[in-house]
Amino acid sequence: MIHNSMKIILACTVIIFLPTLLHAQPENDSGATAWMLTSTALVLLMIPGLAMFYGGLVRTKNVLGTMMHSFASMAVIGVLWVVCGYAICFGENIFGGWIGWNKDFFFLNGIDDSILEAGIPEYVFAMFQGKFAIITPALIAGAFAERVRFRGYVLFITLWSLLVYSPICHWVWAKDGFLFNMGAAGAIDFAGGTVVHISAGVSGLVAAIYLGSRRGYPRTTTNPNNLVMTLMGAGLLWVGWFGFNAGSAISSGLDTARALTVTQIAAASGAFSWMLIESLHYKKATSLGVCSGILAGLVAITPAAGVVQPYGAMILGFSASFICYAAILLKNKLGYDDSLDVFGIHGVAGIFGALFLSFFIRPNWMHRAAELAGGSWTAMQQFGVQLIGVTLTICYSVIVTLLLLVVVSKLVGFRLDEKREMSGLDQSLHGEHGYGMLNLS
Amino acid sequence: MKMITAVIQPDKLDEVREALISAEITRITVSRVTGHGQYSDEDLYRGQKVVPNLLPKIRLDIACNDEFVEITVNAILQAARHEGGMGGDGKIFITHLDECIRIRTGERGGKAI
Repeated sequence: MIHNSMKIILACTVIIFLPTLLHAQPENDSGATAWMLTSTALVLLMIPGLAMFYGGLVRTKNVLGTMMHSFASMAVIGVLWVVCGYAICFGENIFGGWIGWNKDFFFLNGIDDSILEAGIPEYVFAMFQGKFAIITPALIAGAFAERVRFRGYVLFITLWSLLVYSPICHWVWAKDGFLFNMGAAGAIDFAGGTVVHISAGVSGLVAAIYLGSRRGYPRTTTNPNNLVMTLMGAGLLWVGWFGFNAGSAISSGLDTARALTVTQIAAASGAFSWMLIESLHYKKATSLGVCSGILAGLVAITPAAGVVQPYGAMILGFSASFICYAAILLKNKLGYDDSLDVFGIHGVAGIFGALFLSFFIRPNWMHRAAELAGGSWTAMQQFGVQLIGVTLTICYSVIVTLLLLVVVSKLVGFRLDEKREMSGLDQSLHGEHGYGMLNLS
Repeated sequence: MKMITAVIQPDKLDEVREALISAEITRITVSRVTGHGQYSDEDLYRGQKVVPNLLPKIRLDIACNDEFVEITVNAILQAARHEGGMGGDGKIFITHLDECIRIRTGERGGKAI
């Protein structure tokens, strides 16, 4: 016989815990969360790293202006992501799947308590993904270095992030994204080969051509002011990329370990390969060449980090340098001014990695895909899926970027005028000197 | 022969060099110097305008034969001046040059310039 007070206590207990019992949250996996928090920080570190990498490559009078492109992205996209970027990328399909939306993600206001299936708080996932959104426009900036107005740049990256990055991110990484679900087990883009590198590379190319070459290109414009800074930036990017790739496992276990391993291998292979190429071509391996090789390898492995094995990573990394090197030689022949080789490295290596990973996928991924496809699934079939994803990304990026370039140029002006281009961005746009007394032009 | 020394604002360097090259004055030495005149430049530092004591300037040293002095001076004047003329635009000094020797060949005099 239960006393009345006990009945009341029992009833209250059930009522209090009923919501939790009915809607049981996944448990927080502290190991995964710890790693994802770290990855978020590592990817954020890549943006100042990129600022240093690009900053060191331009002329002294433009060093701060160039670094500002990365820092402005941190500021602008950092805010935009919280307001609506996360909602558009990872919300449920609307407008036929062109973008997503979830009102709980608006200002991140509805995810305060949310723990994802992966065992990490949704905040961490949102912040981690936000870093990707931040770095992508900063990459594009390299294509039109030394010749754009700051206000034009800020407007451009805002619109580009909303209209190019977010839709592509949604297609590739949202649970109901159509590329995420294409083919047997989806189009493979582990950490952003298409979402980040191909979109940025291709958009950069379009912008570089639309805005026109720098004054004096190619004769008087190649004059890196601080390769020391560029090298340090490349190092920060390499380390940060562990967060970029291994963090994209959204866990802390075997997948993470695989991604980290192949990332390291591809970066080293790419660096080694570029060193080799320059030694043969010019009898001198350059420090900038090593940096470029590192990047080429890292970009190539980015879409593939979750599915290839070490030998595949080595081949992808090694080959990426050859292809990017050839792309840059072709750029010199064709004469357009993709100032910091955004398309030559990010675009080309991204396309190469996204397509050719198809031939290096680990067997049990292929077996699982075969099961899901109802029998068999070949590398060529996956290549076909990859091709669709890559082609779509390229076409969409080109068309929308071109539109945005026209809009921004008309609205606030984008290309910098001749006099100010000659004076330099630092003085003209920011009222500052980069190094004070040190360097000349 | 004359040595033309010009102290100009750093942001005008490329314009001045192009103006000189257009006028076929192509031999030049450029150095980064610091100095001040009456004018005080203003830099922005965390929202506060600071007035530095010594200011970055660019110094050009151009050796030329007498016939080319006017051309050189005019090219510099046109290019180094900010719109409407601004304090800090700089100065040009012309000094007599005793000798000029080309290291590669050992030539001396006007033709070595």
